[in-house]
Amino acid sequence: MIIELKDVNKTYFGAQPLHVLKGINLSIEEGEFVSIMGASGSGKSTLLNILGILDNYDTGEYWLAGKLIKDLTEKQAADYRNRMIGFVFQSFNLIGFKTAVENVELPLFYQGVPRRKRHTMAMEFLDRLGLKDWAGHYPNEMSGGQKQRVAIARALITNPRIILADEPTGALDSKTSEEVMALLAELNREEKVTIIVVTHESGVANCTNKIVHIKDGVIGEIEENQLHNASVLGAGSIMK
Amino acid sequence: MRDLFVEIYESIRRNKLRTVLTGFAVAWGIFMLIVLLGAGNGLINSFGQASGSFASNTIAVYPGRTSEPYDGLQSGRRITLQDQDMALTLGPSFAAYVDDITPTVGTSVTVVRGRKSASGYLEGNYPSRLDVEKIKLRYGRFINENDLKENRKVVVIPERLGENLLPEGRDVKTLMGERLKLNGIMYRVVGITASDLMSSDNLMFAPFTTVKKVYNKGNDIDDFTFSFHGLDTEEANEEFEKTYRAAINLRHRASPTDNGALWLENRFTQNLQMSKARRVLNIALWIIGLFTLLGGIVGVSNIMLITVKERTHEFGIRKAIGASPASITKLIIAESVAITAIFGYIGMIAGLAACEVLDKTLGNRTMDVMGEQIAVLIDPTVGVNVALEATLLLIIAGTIAGLTPALKAARVRPIEALRAE
Repeated sequence: MIIELKDVNKTYFGAQPLHVLKGINLSIEEGEFVSIMGASGSGKSTLLNILGILDNYDTGEYWLAGKLIKDLTEKQAADYRNRMIGFVFQSFNLIGFKTAVENVELPLFYQGVPRRKRHTMAMEFLDRLGLKDWAGHYPNEMSGGQKQRVAIARALITNPRIILADEPTGALDSKTSEEVMALLAELNREEKVTIIVVTHESGVANCTNKIVHIKDGVIGEIEENQLHNASVLGAGSIMK
Repeated sequence: MRDLFVEIYESIRRNKLRTVLTGFAVAWGIFMLIVLLGAGNGLINSFGQASGSFASNTIAVYPGRTSEPYDGLQSGRRITLQDQDMALTLGPSFAAYVDDITPTVGTSVTVVRGRKSASGYLEGNYPSRLDVEKIKLRYGRFINENDLKENRKVVVIPERLGENLLPEGRDVKTLMGERLKLNGIMYRVVGITASDLMSSDNLMFAPFTTVKKVYNKGNDIDDFTFSFHGLDTEEANEEFEKTYRAAINLRHRASPTDNGALWLENRFTQNLQMSKARRVLNIALWIIGLFTLLGGIVGVSNIMLITVKERTHEFGIRKAIGASPASITKLIIAESVAITAIFGYIGMIAGLAACEVLDKTLGNRTMDVMGEQIAVLIDPTVGVNVALEATLLLIIAGTIAGLTPALKAARVRPIEALRAE
């Protein structure tokens, strides 16, 4: 069990307290390809932030690879994020003034890997994702699909236990979206990386092997989707 | 380390104009500090030169006029010093402090050589006067013991006065050994003093005993100077002067507290006050300089705050992929120190250059103050130690400037930072 959530609650205390997650129980096995699907405001992004140790939860327990993730210092949290989790964001979140290869290198920099070695590794990962020729380009010189592949390379370079993808196709057209999802599926199949995708698009969710439906902060149906035919809008396509 | 420099370089490169404008404030601050300290040193040095020509632990005693009625006598009475005053000074009352005493007695004379003449003041003196007044001899010697013993008619004249007695173009050195007529009496020239900024152009010296006898001065003397020891503080000196003044005043039937009857010129307390003034001036200059620099530091701090705000999203990304808060703090402080140090150094070099220019221009210029030539600034530069202090100051300043923004950047939670645009 790589991820285990036990009765996790999260409330945002603002002018009007907002109970976002209402007792989430969820287990994800090593090597699974899961999507968390829900409408906006369902709490799926909050859940992903908690899974990525970007945010705290109020009560309950979150076990990541056998470690209880609770009351961590910023430094510890940064270290766990660095070594165990790779992030893929909707808006790519590449650093604009760094080239593709420098962006991919960055997680290794925070691990203290020497400059030459991390450059070699980053070039290797870019090559695997077919971006070798784009290594010296800045993000604003690349297409959305290329940027997302750079981001995926950056997520993979530390060899993390899980990849968390927050609406990875949200800023891409349908053709590129399919390519990115195919890439994630391939990584899951070939490299056995655990991948969790948060999305509101049923077409994207349909690409994953298991769909966790979340609604109003509660987990509803958990759908096995090995055959990729869950989408009512038809298998094998992402509607935009 | 190299990575850190690359990051700083990239950040500065993206905000050239902003960085340069802020850097200018820092450079200006340190420039002002260096120039102020340099000019201050020049001023202090020129004070030092003006006062440095006298021995440091002497009191010169000059007669004055009484300023209050006492013992049935009216105020405004002129006091004349006499041999007895010297005896009193050297007597048992002050023996614990007073070492040596040299009186002077003088008279106005007209010096004649052939058809040329000049007027001057002939002062009867002791050999020790040479050291006390730090008189500079150009040729020959000063009055010696034998001159005094034998009441020789010898004279030491100033260079400038000698020139006036000679025809155009003749070296003043040729006057050595010649005889000059002073008020009708022949004196032999044994020495010529250098005319410099601080000396008088018409003051001549002869043996004390000679002047006293020839001009029939009796017991009267012009003034005297004595050296002393064992009075190390300003308070001790004040106390001594009070007792001393009372003793001399009473001998002349003047009020013991009458400050007008006797003028005491204490070189030791003057020097004490001078060095105190120097310290105060130095501190004042540092404070002014530091406040100017403070403006620059606030500017850097401000710019770093804006940088942090602009880069919040980037820091969010960095944190998400594993940057610790400390690494973010380090990044900001390093950038702040780099900006401060680079521009501070430019300002410092400019300041040192300005000091050199000041030295080359104003450094040798003199100003006419009440008939005396005073150098405006002497060696208006700062030493290596000040440059090192300024360097240290810059690093500290840069750290302080970067601290608040850096901590602010480190505190933002990654989730909030990622949301920021």
